[in-house]
Amino acid sequence: MSFSRRQTLAIMAGSGLSVMLGGRMALATPTEELIANFTGGAEITGEGLTLTAPEIAENGNTVPVEVDAPGAEAIILLATGNPNPDVGVFHFGPLAGAQMASTRIRLAGTQEVVAIAKMSDGSFARAAQEVKVTIGGCGG
Amino acid sequence: MAENVTPRVRVPKEAAAGEVITIKTLISHPMESGQRKDKDGNLIPRSIINRFTCTFNGKTVIDVAMEPAISTNPYFEFQAKVPESGTFTFTWIDDDGSTYEDTKEIAVA
Amino acid sequence: MRQMLRTGAAWAALGLAGSAALAPTAMAQETNLVINDEIEIVTRAPAPEHMEYVREIFSGWEYRSPETQTLQMDDFENPGMIGVDNARADFDTAMGADGQSCASCHDTPEALEGVRAVYPKWDEAKGEVQTLEMQVNECVTERAGAEAWDYTGDRMTEMVALISSVSRGMPVNVAIDGPAQETWEQGKEIYYTRYGQLELACANCHEDNYDNMIRADHLSQGQINGFPTYRLKNGKLNAVHDRFKGCVRDTRAETFAPGSPEFVALELYVASRGNGLSVEGPSVRN
Ligand code: HEC
Ligand code: HEC
Repeated sequence: MSFSRRQTLAIMAGSGLSVMLGGRMALATPTEELIANFTGGAEITGEGLTLTAPEIAENGNTVPVEVDAPGAEAIILLATGNPNPDVGVFHFGPLAGAQMASTRIRLAGTQEVVAIAKMSDGSFARAAQEVKVTIGGCGG
Repeated sequence: MAENVTPRVRVPKEAAAGEVITIKTLISHPMESGQRKDKDGNLIPRSIINRFTCTFNGKTVIDVAMEPAISTNPYFEFQAKVPESGTFTFTWIDDDGSTYEDTKEIAVA
Repeated sequence: MRQMLRTGAAWAALGLAGSAALAPTAMAQETNLVINDEIEIVTRAPAPEHMEYVREIFSGWEYRSPETQTLQMDDFENPGMIGVDNARADFDTAMGADGQSCASCHDTPEALEGVRAVYPKWDEAKGEVQTLEMQVNECVTERAGAEAWDYTGDRMTEMVALISSVSRGMPVNVAIDGPAQETWEQGKEIYYTRYGQLELACANCHEDNYDNMIRADHLSQGQINGFPTYRLKNGKLNAVHDRFKGCVRDTRAETFAPGSPEFVALELYVASRGNGLSVEGPSVRN
């Protein structure tokens, strides 16, 4: 049996090792740490989160992304290839008409954008999308 | 200090009771990440909006924790349920302690 | 005047590649630009007669990614409109000793509808071709008695964006004959002159190679109907002459100064290559 990167991440986070053990902590990537903080180490097994981002972004300064997770309490958005992967956390209140939001983000280069949703039943769902950022800087 | 910060919000003027509406917000702000250098090679200090909230008659619609990876002139689009006539309040909180606020009335027919 | 490209160094340095294998062209998608579900923008048109080597002209919008294109379809989503709003406030701001504002003489920005479409334009009294920036500065200094605005500064660029915005959808129609002809010829000369270590003319990129990829950037015809442009790259409105400056610098040449007679002439010529496209500014580009 082989694990996809996604499953491996989920298992690592789920095992609680990355949170509990100092040694592990040092090895965890900033993204893994942020995810573990958000989930409290819980396993990410749920479904129902959609992340929409362009496959190719013309410029990394302004990349439109949308997260949508019916029934979510909160969604964290991460740019795994940025020096600081944290992008933001959307908390939905009682008057949210849908648990969705769009914004525009900065990507420091081609990378995977990841979102994790915390569902109201306490489960977590994950979605990811690879965004290719083309090299700008031409034509002034 | 960010200059010329102006919030812009688009909300329909009317809705049916319980209707879900789309809201768009855009605020002019550099979202200076603190990682860029000026022409002389000095770091430009971080200056960002770190939180955005939207409430309706005091109840939360959305509350966003924002990091420097949010683009210049932060834009959000989201949806709100409108149970009754009232007021949307939009608040952006700047690193420097300033808050920028806008309100919009909506009438339930 | 027009030469075939020498192969080798210049293109290698720039990493130019045919687009066919790399990306579908925007033109294949046949999307149309309509702003606010209301203002129809002509982004493709037959080339004006004076253009010898190009049959059809295309707005730079055609070459941008769907995401960038969408930003321009709704004023609320177009961050360039922030600058327009700033300028609207500025239009009513008192200047100079007599405390006059643009509004004192021009009433509303809408009164300047149609102006963007015909600039740069011959000014009889001054005996020269004037860009919109020069015209605004003439009003600021000679009519309102205030200090000139920086030619490509934010205040000027935002004002030009406001003046453009009220002409959106109108066809660009700059005059190239009569007294303007000499300046136009000078601009044309510059357009076809090879500059810099890379020995490249505007034409080598924007006439010979539009629709090709250059370092992952989709090359357009270098039209200026969309100026000022809000660029994702620097998150602000960009003036025409600043873009010219950047393009000349890319050839590793010394550039002319914004507002210089050379760039004014070049602007008239480049604008005339877009006669028939709609005024689009403030547009969104990468
Ligand atoms: C004291 C009066 C006065 C003030 C103040 C003034 N203008 Fe003017 N403006 C004029 C006159 C007179 C003309 C030339 C007559 C014409 O072409 O309509 C003119 C022409 C123009 C034109 C060219 C119109 C065309 O059809 O070619 C533009 C653009 C313009 N003004 C913009 C501005 C802006 C922007 C401001 C404020 C920064 C401003 N003006 C302030 C009086 C004024
Ligand atoms: C080495 C190739 C190259 C040369 C030479 C060059 N440009 Fe460009 N130019 C580009 C690239 C790349 C872009 C960005 C993509 C695009 O819009 O075409 C660009 C963009 C532009 C734009 C913006 C178009 C828009 O829709 O916003 C204008 C205007 C422009 N160039 C004018 C010029 C002029 C005038 C010259 C000659 C002084 C020139 N360029 C020379 C490569 C070049």
